[in-house]
Amino acid sequence: MSRLSVRKTYKLYIGGAFPRSESGRSYPVTSAKGDFLANASLASRKDARDAVVAARKAFAGWSGATPYNRGQILYRVAEMLEGRRAQFADELGGGKRAALERVDAAIDRLVWYAGWSDKIAALHGAANPVAGPYFNLSTPEPTGVVAIVAPADPLLGLVSVVAPVIVTGNTCVVVASEPAPLPAITLAEVLATSDLPGGVVNILTGRQAELAPWLSAHMDVNGLDLTGVADPDLALSCEQAAAENLKRVARPVEEDWSADPGIGRMTRFLETKTVWHPIGV
Amino acid sequence: MAIFEYAPAPESRDVVDLRSSYGLFVNGEFVEGSGKPFKTVNPATEETLAEVATATSDDVDRAVQAARKAFGVWSALPGSERAKYLFRIARIIQERARELAVLESLDNGKPIRESRDFDLPQVAAHFFYYAGWADKLEYAGFGMKPLGVAGQVIPWNFPLLMLAWKVAPALACGNTVVLKPAETTPLTALLFADICRQAELPPGVVNIVTGAGETGAAVVAHPDVDKVAFTGSTEVGRIIARTVAGTGKKLTLELGGKAANIVFEDAAIDQAVEGIVNGIFFNQGHVCCAGSRLLVQESIQDELLAALKRRVATLRVGDPLDKNTDVGAVNSAEQLAKIRRLSELGESEGAERWSPACELPERGFWFPPTLFTGVAQSHTIAREEVFGPVLSVLTFRTPAEAVEKANNTPYGLSAGVWTEKGSRILWMAERLRAGVVWANTFNKFDPASPFGGYKESGFGREGGLHGLEAYLDV
Repeated sequence: MSRLSVRKTYKLYIGGAFPRSESGRSYPVTSAKGDFLANASLASRKDARDAVVAARKAFAGWSGATPYNRGQILYRVAEMLEGRRAQFADELGGGKRAALERVDAAIDRLVWYAGWSDKIAALHGAANPVAGPYFNLSTPEPTGVVAIVAPADPLLGLVSVVAPVIVTGNTCVVVASEPAPLPAITLAEVLATSDLPGGVVNILTGRQAELAPWLSAHMDVNGLDLTGVADPDLALSCEQAAAENLKRVARPVEEDWSADPGIGRMTRFLETKTVWHPIGV
Repeated sequence: MAIFEYAPAPESRDVVDLRSSYGLFVNGEFVEGSGKPFKTVNPATEETLAEVATATSDDVDRAVQAARKAFGVWSALPGSERAKYLFRIARIIQERARELAVLESLDNGKPIRESRDFDLPQVAAHFFYYAGWADKLEYAGFGMKPLGVAGQVIPWNFPLLMLAWKVAPALACGNTVVLKPAETTPLTALLFADICRQAELPPGVVNIVTGAGETGAAVVAHPDVDKVAFTGSTEVGRIIARTVAGTGKKLTLELGGKAANIVFEDAAIDQAVEGIVNGIFFNQGHVCCAGSRLLVQESIQDELLAALKRRVATLRVGDPLDKNTDVGAVNSAEQLAKIRRLSELGESEGAERWSPACELPERGFWFPPTLFTGVAQSHTIAREEVFGPVLSVLTFRTPAEAVEKANNTPYGLSAGVWTEKGSRILWMAERLRAGVVWANTFNKFDPASPFGGYKESGFGREGGLHGLEAYLDV
């Protein structure tokens, strides 16, 4: 008799823990062919708020960690992901080879961003030659808590929007791909075993249209990445809501996730701090 | 103040598996050298650790050929793949850190506390840092074209760290290397060769040739070397600069120093004392950027010197493998002779010599922490690099005088400023002709921070964004 497999319960990832939605709701996730895969948690407004609280709580520690430390942790995430290549390829489905290529690209993307942790300031900061006896130094600092609506590409797209936000010291709340949320929760297992402090990345599964407006209007969210919002009306209302506390907003874009990512996704959620100090005996 | 007694806390040597003899590392293999092998000794005991091959110019030629051949493959790899090799190396260094630290202390004489807590973490961090640049060169602003084969000659004071400073940026930029470690400290470089094999680095990308000055000269003079990087004495740096003149080889030099550590009357005295001690006694003073000239404002001279002597008297000199040791062994008999000669000159020229009561082991090469007071700018010990645990104390009255005295040297590697007034720190920093200025700290290093000298302390920078320039065809 063949063995009956033990299935995984897909829950949310908030503050380093894996709770079910407080609403007790779930929604069925199916494969591309329409086969049932799992019931994912259908996160609620309250879950989104809890996630923001967790992200805010993690911000001081994460933004205060040395860039070297953050880089090491992102590289560790890549190492852990490498160890689960086959699992992710299975979960992505489709052709095996194509799926593995997407997983490998996600791993390499993490390695690419890991290296930026202690370099972005060298490119994006400056010693400013002001006309006076002053030392004047500009350095980039993380914006704070960033809400991200992840793109449909369930792993490479997700990694490509999360890594650039956290490598510089931001923390985030992510709304995973609505039709394909399972790799995001499996990625949370990778994050949870990579020395990434709890709360730096929080992952919600559920309805974009239900969660994104609350995150866009949340007064303790500093940045909003709408990359994955497909509905232009939803994107517009989110951006308008974000105006209330002047969140930094990244508008939805179609991106080729296999292309060179550039540094724009990092600099978008960075503030520039300039320090003046007099020079004289 | 009572000095606490400590029970010895020796680090175990078992973690190191020493072979009786070591060959050269060429094209991914250990091979015999054609020259007469030499012995490398533990400077703390004079015990022979191993016999090491000497590379003749023919051996160097083979290494350069291997590097040239590997250059085609290595430079053609995507930066992201080179990055992954360097990340692997960084990780293996982290994994084998204790073994490397113990071996470094055995071969070099530095305290295990420093090799374990300073050298090895910095080595791994350096590889980690430049691994990250390998696929980001287009953002650095120096172009993306590697130079070719880099010939690199490194000193004995931080054997593995200097290797990291040389090898990591060279490889990140797509160059291949032929590296010659110092003849008194070749062992960690040879263990690094094993790490390259564990990382499955393509053969020929890193080649290590051991030997003395002649081997180094052969590396520098080889016609198929495109880049020469040297860290060592200014005297040898001059010879190298003459050798490469007119050849089209790119050159960077990190040479000697005679750093001023300047303490103003408003400085936090206890912090300053720690900084002075760290500045000159770190690594037995075998540090090119050591704060070997203390410039103290006249008004606090007595108070500062009393506090400094009290602190120096608590330094523990002895077994480098003892975790309590602050000051280890001088690296070689030659270096010890040089330190002794210069210290005797200090006395005969009229400065006052002081060392704490300090029992030194009978065997090995030892020199106690030493201060000279009443030093004039004309004294040899105020002008020449001692490269040992010897501090010359001079005084000044005004900031302008401090600048004048600090800059009164052909060197310009580093300087220290101690004052609670921020504007004065920056005023001093503007005027000090030195590549690194430490304010209210000393001897701080980071892979992200460029390091290198003005004037006769050399040219080029290692570390940071700037460190890439030395290994790219700009």
